[in-house]
Amino acid sequence: MHPQPLLEVDDLHVEFSTADGPVEAVAGVSFTVGAEETVAVVGESGSGKSVTALAVLKLLDGGRISRGQVRFDGKDLAPLNPKAMRKVRGNDIAMIFQDPMTSLDPLYSVGHQIVEALRLHRRVTKRAARERAVELLEQVGMPDPRRRLASYPHQLSGGQRQRVMIAIALACSPRLLIADEPTTALDVTIEAQILELLHDLQREYRTAMLLVTHDMGVVAETADRVVVFYGGQVVEQGPTAQVLRNPQHPYTAALLAAIPHPDSAKERQLPAIPGAVPALRDMPAGCRFNPRCAMAWEACTHEVPPLYELPGGRTSRCLLHREGGGSAVVAPPAPPLSAELAPAGPPLTTRKGI
Amino acid sequence: MASPATQVDPAATPGAPLMEVTDLVKHFPITKGLLRRTVGHVRAVDGVSFTIGAGETVGLVGESGSGKSTVARLVLRLLGPTAGSVKFDGREIAGLSQRELTPLRRNMQIVFQDPVSSFDPRMTISSVITEPLEAQGISSGKQARDRAAELLDLVGLSGRDLDKYPHQFSGGQAQRIGIARALATNPRLLVCDEAVSALDVSVQAQVLNLLRKLQVELGLSYLFIAHDLNVVRYISDRICVMYLGRIIEQGPAEAVMTDPQHPYTRTLAGAIAADPRTGGGTRRVVVRGEMPSPSNPPSGCPFHPRCPQAFDRCSTEVPAPLPAGEGGRTASCHLLDITPTNGKAVR
Repeated sequence: MHPQPLLEVDDLHVEFSTADGPVEAVAGVSFTVGAEETVAVVGESGSGKSVTALAVLKLLDGGRISRGQVRFDGKDLAPLNPKAMRKVRGNDIAMIFQDPMTSLDPLYSVGHQIVEALRLHRRVTKRAARERAVELLEQVGMPDPRRRLASYPHQLSGGQRQRVMIAIALACSPRLLIADEPTTALDVTIEAQILELLHDLQREYRTAMLLVTHDMGVVAETADRVVVFYGGQVVEQGPTAQVLRNPQHPYTAALLAAIPHPDSAKERQLPAIPGAVPALRDMPAGCRFNPRCAMAWEACTHEVPPLYELPGGRTSRCLLHREGGGSAVVAPPAPPLSAELAPAGPPLTTRKGI
Repeated sequence: MASPATQVDPAATPGAPLMEVTDLVKHFPITKGLLRRTVGHVRAVDGVSFTIGAGETVGLVGESGSGKSTVARLVLRLLGPTAGSVKFDGREIAGLSQRELTPLRRNMQIVFQDPVSSFDPRMTISSVITEPLEAQGISSGKQARDRAAELLDLVGLSGRDLDKYPHQFSGGQAQRIGIARALATNPRLLVCDEAVSALDVSVQAQVLNLLRKLQVELGLSYLFIAHDLNVVRYISDRICVMYLGRIIEQGPAEAVMTDPQHPYTRTLAGAIAADPRTGGGTRRVVVRGEMPSPSNPPSGCPFHPRCPQAFDRCSTEVPAPLPAGEGGRTASCHLLDITPTNGKAVR
């Protein structure tokens, strides 16, 4: 274990104000990222994983941290003003997004944008910044880097744009890189290239990484530890290999089972999770996963499970652990193709107005 | 093969594929200047042949820009081909006019990636589903509404949802509605263009199960396009692998994925992440470079600039599909054509 974590997210709550009143997108999330460590935050849409990543950099559009702390190097970022935050962003903590086309400025050349990032945080001449930009493009595997300085984002492929984003993110050698679905928009062969690149650069720059993804395959390949989100909460966390091989929370187990993989038996259905991810405004009482959980019992519908500490530095938010833990969590078996399908679940709006 | 000159009655050709695509080509012109002179062509689809049998699922895989979505639009005649033949049930549809196509369209439907954006937000679910019935003159009014309720039931929703609006449904439910709409006219072929790609993992499995259930119950054929190779492998009977507008390998799904014969298929299969439940720690095979632009394809084999096994012949001669195993497997690679006269040891 690392003596002092680089990033400590501590009981984070994020609220968005909407026309129908405030909704809580993140409800008491805690986890840490150690120096040079890669931590994956994994979850489905609406789980709060991206909001958490944005909250670390205080890039919440229309939202605010309503409770809790985000400590970077021991210092809480939550109370910092916009000017102080701008010094942190790009310098100490950098971020890359799923769609580089929307985060790169279409009106400026690639070179201009890298130089701008460098000169924002470092006192360097334009000429030196340009030389450094060439160097960075070369490091991220851009073919013909010097000529590419003059290219505009639309002239590049999706993979090349993501390389430019990575070059900008690394320009000031940040200590923490937040990558929000960095390969989701890319083809599988390009995804493999970008993940390899991130891995290599992380070693070279000794950067920690907080990787936000929905893809368990990407988690398995890159992360030292994994934090599983559901309904704005952490439901399970621990070292990646242990969590993936032997999940302790029924949601983690069911999610892993639902992914088609090379050995999926074609004569069976995929073991789907019934229902849909709950809407923020419509969180079930008790355990937030209970309406979809194959192992839920009566207590799960009204009792909120705490995060139980398990051996091996793991935690899991499930009442199954109450009696001392370790009870076997198994994913539901795959039903034969002829069996009834998992129900689609009630429409999300049925509870409205009651 | 049936004589191409005769319009074949489907009943007269038992065992014939439901869809037969031969040498299909689609070039989009690149125009320039005020007069929109044609200065070149994007060779989006460059000679593609495959068949889909009744009740069969054919998976189409390839990177973005490989031409798979263009193929989908060509076989449905949402786009007119530059050349080549598309036979549906033995009947040539490549040259038909829009009017001649209308009665055929009820037999071929498409499910899109993002169902919500393909619905009119102001239409109720009932209108969304009955619209094709009315457009095809199959039914209207109460009869159409009853059919819509029946379809919702079939896809795991309920007739109570008929008067709701698209935004009241989650992504997975909306895709079920998209499938219900596509099934309204009792089609025999469903083209699924990234139909499960935008769904959450837990919901994606539900929709894949639904598609397979419907296939068994209704005897549907699917042309299934997706970039997730594990999904395609799970659902497909056969797989066609596309690269730069060509099918470079095809055959039974398991055989193609476990024992790929074309170097590109090998790199594609190698780029799939391992089953996460093994705990990870494995790295994928990383292939260098990116797919070139279809407006300026390389000479010879389209994959040769990235191919680790390329030799001189690959840069000059386009490889033809060669037999590559049981179940009608083919692969377009010169390595399969090594004979004492023209070959050289490469591996």
